[in-house]
Amino acid sequence: MARPNKETLLEWYRQMVLIRDFEETCNDLYWQKRITGVYLHLYSGHEAVGVGAVAALGKDDHVITAYRDHGIALARGVDAKPIMAEMMGKKTGVSGGKGGSMHLASREHNFWGGYAIVGGHLPLAVGIALESRYNNKDAVVLCFVGDGATNNGYFHESLNMSAIWDLPVVWLIENNFYGMGTHVQDASGQPELYKRAIAYGMETLGRVDGQDVIKVNDVVTKAVDYARKKGPILIEAITYRYRGHGVSDRQYNQRLSDELEKWKENRDPITILGTYLKEKYKNIDKDLEQIEAEARRIVDESVEFAEKSPAPGYEDLIRNVYVK
Amino acid sequence: MAVRNQPMREALRKALHEEMVRDERVFVMGEEVGLWQGTHRVTRGFYEEFGAKRVRDTPISEMAIVGTAVGAAMAGLRPVAEIMTINFAFLALDAIVNHAAKIHYMFDGQFTVPLVIRAASGWGDQATATHSHTPEPIFAHFPGLYVGCPSTPSDAYGMLKASIRDDNPVLFTESIALYPKPGPVPEDDPDYVLPIGKGDIKREGSDVTIVTYARGVEWALDAAGLLEKDGISVEVIDMRWLRPLDLDLVFESFKKTNRCVIVEESLPFYSFGSEIAAQIQEHCFDYMDAPVKRVTAMDVPLPYAKEIELMALPDVRKVIDAVKEIV
Repeated sequence: MARPNKETLLEWYRQMVLIRDFEETCNDLYWQKRITGVYLHLYSGHEAVGVGAVAALGKDDHVITAYRDHGIALARGVDAKPIMAEMMGKKTGVSGGKGGSMHLASREHNFWGGYAIVGGHLPLAVGIALESRYNNKDAVVLCFVGDGATNNGYFHESLNMSAIWDLPVVWLIENNFYGMGTHVQDASGQPELYKRAIAYGMETLGRVDGQDVIKVNDVVTKAVDYARKKGPILIEAITYRYRGHGVSDRQYNQRLSDELEKWKENRDPITILGTYLKEKYKNIDKDLEQIEAEARRIVDESVEFAEKSPAPGYEDLIRNVYVK
Repeated sequence: MAVRNQPMREALRKALHEEMVRDERVFVMGEEVGLWQGTHRVTRGFYEEFGAKRVRDTPISEMAIVGTAVGAAMAGLRPVAEIMTINFAFLALDAIVNHAAKIHYMFDGQFTVPLVIRAASGWGDQATATHSHTPEPIFAHFPGLYVGCPSTPSDAYGMLKASIRDDNPVLFTESIALYPKPGPVPEDDPDYVLPIGKGDIKREGSDVTIVTYARGVEWALDAAGLLEKDGISVEVIDMRWLRPLDLDLVFESFKKTNRCVIVEESLPFYSFGSEIAAQIQEHCFDYMDAPVKRVTAMDVPLPYAKEIELMALPDVRKVIDAVKEIV
């Protein structure tokens, strides 16, 4: 396994802390009715998957995901300000206030968006990978797939299509055990989801501990390399969501509080990396505290920026229905 | 302009071929488009000429055919995805409606989707209930998508070129019954590109306006020829595009004739005819001398037996009867 240096580990720590702070702030803002959109799916608990996987990509590689997309946008380097502005439906948002929480994207970061129809972005990943091969480029597509998306037709058709055309896609299943409220055991005939690769004659690197950013990065780095040289590959990261399917899922904590508490106590991705750093490097506490304070400042500023930004107007409402 | 008489399928083939030669980014994908030579022979010879990279046979996977084409279009290619018949497009409805049509808007212009989805459409030959749809109006319901439905070989030629060159997603349907019908096609004009959203007056007249598209144009023109013998002058408007809809052309004609019959292959409820009729009453109320009539398929699933299949469908006689009711 590759051994990332201190600087890299601190950068991952920084990203994970930023995502957590951002998401918990979004949760507060939702209940304070300062974020008013009905759908808000938080990435808290998943941070190591997004950060470790995105870090395995080059600048020219591509990322696409579903509606739990805030963390992926931040990991890809999109500024927190226009992301928060999108949450609040402001003109300065990444999608001009027209996409909302589930439809963040940044073309300049090769972040192709969050998509809200379960599985709908999977064939888009195939198409983006097709362009890469068609034009003899090197670029790989990293496609995040929720465990809930592995049981509809898009999953089957897209993985199969990527396999027959040997396209450079890393299919990364984020298995947090629940598709909305249904457990993967009750939803999948084969709940070890990486085994789906067999059906498509596809390479797989099996399961990875999605709470350990170092392990995620190691596996995804290998997968990206394989995809670039050969073709599609499937990985399953085991993770857990802290805030329910969406923040309005108030039943969640009550129903599964024991399970959730165990994950938070023993398997929290930020704690795992923080503990590792403290064991490995002396006098690092100050660095970590500084990172946490810095994240707080960035998120605070993003909220201030978003709240001061103007709402979109009529011109925005009618713009970009078609390319003129 | 030099022209050559060709069936519509050859006009489509010529348009697609010329666009593939003109622009390396254009490629076709779909079921049986390659080795099989295309289910409707529109891509005949393409596989041999352009190879497997640009003529991509796919599995029977409509969601992924359209979805993959959307992704490729976002990334800068110009896919022409073939859905063998429009009936199978229902399987790809999400990819068409929620992705192709919405992505440009939803991310506020960060991505464009220069995609053409070609699909054969229509009934006939006892294809039965699931294989006889003409659901173009369903797709025209959604902003973000264009819908083109040519009625003649030259229109098919110019409209398909326009669709491929445009930066918006286009659902392009080709009436199965019209594939073999010949007509003049421009011979040495590779830039014969018809404007998207412009209808066409296929016959001028003064007593009644027939508004129609695709296969309905043929019924309307045949009816107009027969009605002329009874002293009734019929204007036939071919909309060509269900979206954008050339309403000015309809209003202009209606203000002259003050009467309208709408003819379509599709079902009557929430239809093309419903929309045109609503627009006329809203914008031309003071010009109305008679109720707007609609000739459509009957409100039943299409059966197998020839006798009752034909009973359920529009024809020239039904068009003539509708015109005579209001003049």
